[in-house]
Amino acid sequence: MAYLPDDTPLPEPTPDDYPYWESHAARELRIQQCADCGTFRHPPVPLCSRCASSNVTWTQVSGRGEVFSYVVVHYATHPALKQAVPYNVAVVMLEDASDVRLVSNVVDAAPEEMRIGLKVELFWDAVPGDTFLPRFRKA
Amino acid sequence: MTTARPEEVAAFADSCAIAGIGQTEFAKRGGITDRTEFHLCCEAIRMAAEDAGLDVHDIDGFASYGPERHEPVLLQVALGIPEIRFSNLVWGAGGGGCTGAVMNAALAVHAGICKHVAVYRSLCQGQYHRYGQYNPGAVGGSYMAPFGLMSPGQKTALPFRRHMHVYGTPVEALGHVAVTFREHAQTNPAALMYGKPMTLEDHANSRMIVDPYRLYDCCLETDGAAAIIVTSKERARDLRQKPTRILAAVQASGEGWGMGPMGSNNMPVETYHTTNAQPVARHLFPMAGISPQDLDCAQIYDAFSSIVIMALEDYGVCEPGEGADFVMQGNLRRDGGKLPTNTAGGLLSEGYLQGFNLIPEAVRQMRGTSLNQVADAETCLVTSGGGGGHKSALILAV
Ligand SMILES: [Zn+2]
Repeated sequence: MAYLPDDTPLPEPTPDDYPYWESHAARELRIQQCADCGTFRHPPVPLCSRCASSNVTWTQVSGRGEVFSYVVVHYATHPALKQAVPYNVAVVMLEDASDVRLVSNVVDAAPEEMRIGLKVELFWDAVPGDTFLPRFRKA
Repeated sequence: MTTARPEEVAAFADSCAIAGIGQTEFAKRGGITDRTEFHLCCEAIRMAAEDAGLDVHDIDGFASYGPERHEPVLLQVALGIPEIRFSNLVWGAGGGGCTGAVMNAALAVHAGICKHVAVYRSLCQGQYHRYGQYNPGAVGGSYMAPFGLMSPGQKTALPFRRHMHVYGTPVEALGHVAVTFREHAQTNPAALMYGKPMTLEDHANSRMIVDPYRLYDCCLETDGAAAIIVTSKERARDLRQKPTRILAAVQASGEGWGMGPMGSNNMPVETYHTTNAQPVARHLFPMAGISPQDLDCAQIYDAFSSIVIMALEDYGVCEPGEGADFVMQGNLRRDGGKLPTNTAGGLLSEGYLQGFNLIPEAVRQMRGTSLNQVADAETCLVTSGGGGGHKSALILAV
């Protein structure tokens, strides 16, 4: 069973960011990177904020990282989540993509275990639509 | 202590004034059923014109912000205004655009395009969707909602958690903000929390919404509307009320904040634990020609109590990391505080018009008619926003 219920809203890919979401079906975490100057950026946007180039690569990263900030949700703001509380939401700083952060969850951490600096590793959580979401486990 | 203003903004600074204020009753979400949100919007604008001593037909421009639903051309029809010359909405920053709309109104007046611009906000969360629930259209929603990050409370709690980590900020500071504003609401019959005093213990015992926020750290959900009239300082002198001068009006956003806490949390690490108001402050005080220490009172956007702590630091009222001590020492209180703040109860205890109701209270302080009047108050800071998007602020003066 996934960390959050199956009827939780799913990502809605756009022409700007579909390579990011498509990589998830293959269980690959690919972050948009400028093909000219190497700057990572997330979420995907059309131009590089450093050099304004629109040439990109989608670079696979390790998925290792640490908790940059987090909250523990006690009051559900979507009907699907009423039975899921309390759950955590973590902002995870990736280890190998400059300062790119993903909003995600640490699936095996109890609320009292959550802390900034907690080392985590990628965990592919199966969700409806034959794909996965990048969540994390304690490293 | 007035200092010289930067030359490029010297003409705009202190050129305009707020001549009228109007507000409908405030009710808990769903509490207003006899009139539509549009009706309330028209009423608030009519009241602001009357307060100024103007005929509502004298209005020749409109400015609002964020997700305001009621367009100037429709207001023009409802109010019977012969001609409008300015119709303006601050882009999507939510509450961050509130005082930015006042700035836009003042720019239209300063440029000579308009004589009397109505700035307004109407919001009935009982007639439309609730801001505190999942919103399918949220910018960057794909990066948040699948992971259960959906409401402004959940999103703005993340930078505050980081603030706690960076500075050792005690979570108890939140209660001091909420309790102070609740106390201010006790003299304001218009406040939704009038007659409902709260202690620190009540706050600490309230249910957890999104740790570190408890129920009373979250703003109210309100039905109501409010409006003001912006005109030139010279015209304002001939109108009914004592003019409230707009010393400075600024909009700004720092690098990368479009990815801020209402988004993917990829704003710069260095400013993550702020409200993105440092860029506003950098321009605001020089334009006003005063320093943060010269402020007599403040109305600080308090959609969540944490925002007040971080905003005090961003606006230079205290040093980074000292916001919690500042509020825990009672400095937001009307009686004896260094900077009496949200003297009508704020968004936490008066009502939530996405920040707009802070403006009429600032004007009342400058007129000397607040129900929590700060003695001899001559300047008031009004800030807008604390989550995503860009931010704005005003410094008003007598
Ligand atoms: Zn580049």
